[in-house]
Amino acid sequence: MSVTDEPIVLGIETSCDETGVGIVRGHTLLANTIASSMEEHARFGGVVPEVASRAHLEAMAPTVEGALAAAGLRLSDVDAIAVTAGPGLAGALLVGVAAAKAYALGLGVPLYGVNHLAAHVAVDQLEHGPLPKPSIALLVSGGHSSLLLVPDVAQDVVSLGSTVDDAAGEAFDKVARVLGLPFPGGPYIDRAAREGSGTAVAFPRGKYDDGTLDFSFSGLKTAVARWVEAREAAGEPVPLADVAASFQEAVVDVLTRKALQACARYDVKDLLIGGGVAANSRLRVLAQERCEAAGVRLRVPRPGLCTDNGAMVAALGANLVAAGVTPSSLDIPADSSLPITTVHV
Amino acid sequence: MAVVLVLAFDTATPAVTAALHDGDRVVAESTTVDARRHGELLAPAIEQVLRESRVRLRDVTAIVAGTGPGPYTGLRVGLMTATALASTIGAPAFGVCTLDAIAYATGRTGEITGPFLVATDARRKEVFWARYGDAVTRLDGPCVDRPHDLPPDLPVVGAGARLYAETIGADRVVGPEHPSAGALAALAAERLAGLTPEEAAGLAAVPEGRIDSVEKARELSVLGAPRPIYLRRPDAQVPGAPKRVTA
Ligand SMILES: [Zn+2]
Repeated sequence: MSVTDEPIVLGIETSCDETGVGIVRGHTLLANTIASSMEEHARFGGVVPEVASRAHLEAMAPTVEGALAAAGLRLSDVDAIAVTAGPGLAGALLVGVAAAKAYALGLGVPLYGVNHLAAHVAVDQLEHGPLPKPSIALLVSGGHSSLLLVPDVAQDVVSLGSTVDDAAGEAFDKVARVLGLPFPGGPYIDRAAREGSGTAVAFPRGKYDDGTLDFSFSGLKTAVARWVEAREAAGEPVPLADVAASFQEAVVDVLTRKALQACARYDVKDLLIGGGVAANSRLRVLAQERCEAAGVRLRVPRPGLCTDNGAMVAALGANLVAAGVTPSSLDIPADSSLPITTVHV
Repeated sequence: MAVVLVLAFDTATPAVTAALHDGDRVVAESTTVDARRHGELLAPAIEQVLRESRVRLRDVTAIVAGTGPGPYTGLRVGLMTATALASTIGAPAFGVCTLDAIAYATGRTGEITGPFLVATDARRKEVFWARYGDAVTRLDGPCVDRPHDLPPDLPVVGAGARLYAETIGADRVVGPEHPSAGALAALAAERLAGLTPEEAAGLAAVPEGRIDSVEKARELSVLGAPRPIYLRRPDAQVPGAPKRVTA
């Protein structure tokens, strides 16, 4: 198949606060347009589902138009529609799924309802080419913290471990609040941490040596709050940069340690990191160091592809088209707890 | 006369209803009552009415969706579908207040001659309601209130009347329970027949701002942009200081 014969897939992502529309031709990225309602959520200190759903409905058509304009295409050029069917916020997913069905029905093209987590894996192909089979994927964001074994992103994804309490990004948000930093906390902690020492405070690392590939960040978050409150109670200043750096170090230490344990355990030489937390500068550095030491190749998409976006959904859709997977029917539900083992519905 | 093919649907109540109207009559209609599966049922229902009426989607001249008020998750399915479908065929998408469609259907039954209320279930022990002088004249609303705060004496149409029959008086409960896309399509077709294409396009254009207050909802014309009528603000609290973990 020559490049121009490859199908044009439009991907729609509405699992959280970003209205994402991406367009690919095969695995060539043509557009990745995002409307975010984050500003509306910031003052609530977290994503408010009803606010997100309202914003998706308003943003969808303009975002689709924006993506088409960026790609220099018309709706009638689209060969297939892919959409996040889950997991995510139920009401938010429903807007995207309704839109995707209508576009597919109206254009007379196939619909592919896909798994959000598998899409986070598939997106890397847009930047780094075909995924090695198998790969290990570490997905970390405000909504998920998962370790996956990926024999084939279009067909077969296996969960190796996930967080037993808070997602990694959620821990960043909560610690940011304790430190008086804005929401979402990740970028602010990353910035503050650059001025501090990651070894200043020995914060606990949950499930560090428990033999599983699961994560736990709730204890760490509480330990940071306790430490800060003790300082405040004693009338001492809180060394914000050191606390941020030490907290961040604890998180990325556990994430990279377990990711490389997964690579060793399954004898996989390719590790992919995705999700919003993959934008964390310390995570990127430490993952690179540890991968080099272990002889593992590291793939991290650029930040714009790591956070939730429509291109990742389109990328997975392109895999499904190429694999000849049967398209989804028009009665598929949006499933807020879609398991990772279900790559497409 | 120009060919009119109106595809209409409504997901603002437990009913998922779709219909096609050819300017004279409802050609096909599909209604399923299932409050939890709007997202699953609507697109197949649209396919079904198109198939039954032997109409190709691209020949449809107007798409109309009920704008509520109604529980928001389901409501958005219809409005999102209308906007996206319309863009694929280059036809305008319109919105019609769901209560207006119920009122219109009531008029066609001939059960009521004078003024009446339409009330649907707003959950949280409240109803969405509006007051009508006749089947096509909204005098008041849409609003959201407790059933016992509804204006007294007038007959009440819709699921909100049935649900709170004890509060408002069983003798006041009349007419259809749920909206029908057939009535929605007929009402829209009637309105469109009196408009030039330019006037129609003006109505379909989406203005700035959200319909999130009774004041804004009251300004709605019978036919407008496909925008949801939200009569409640999202439930969200601006947080105070973080909770302390140490006593
Ligand atoms: Zn995500």
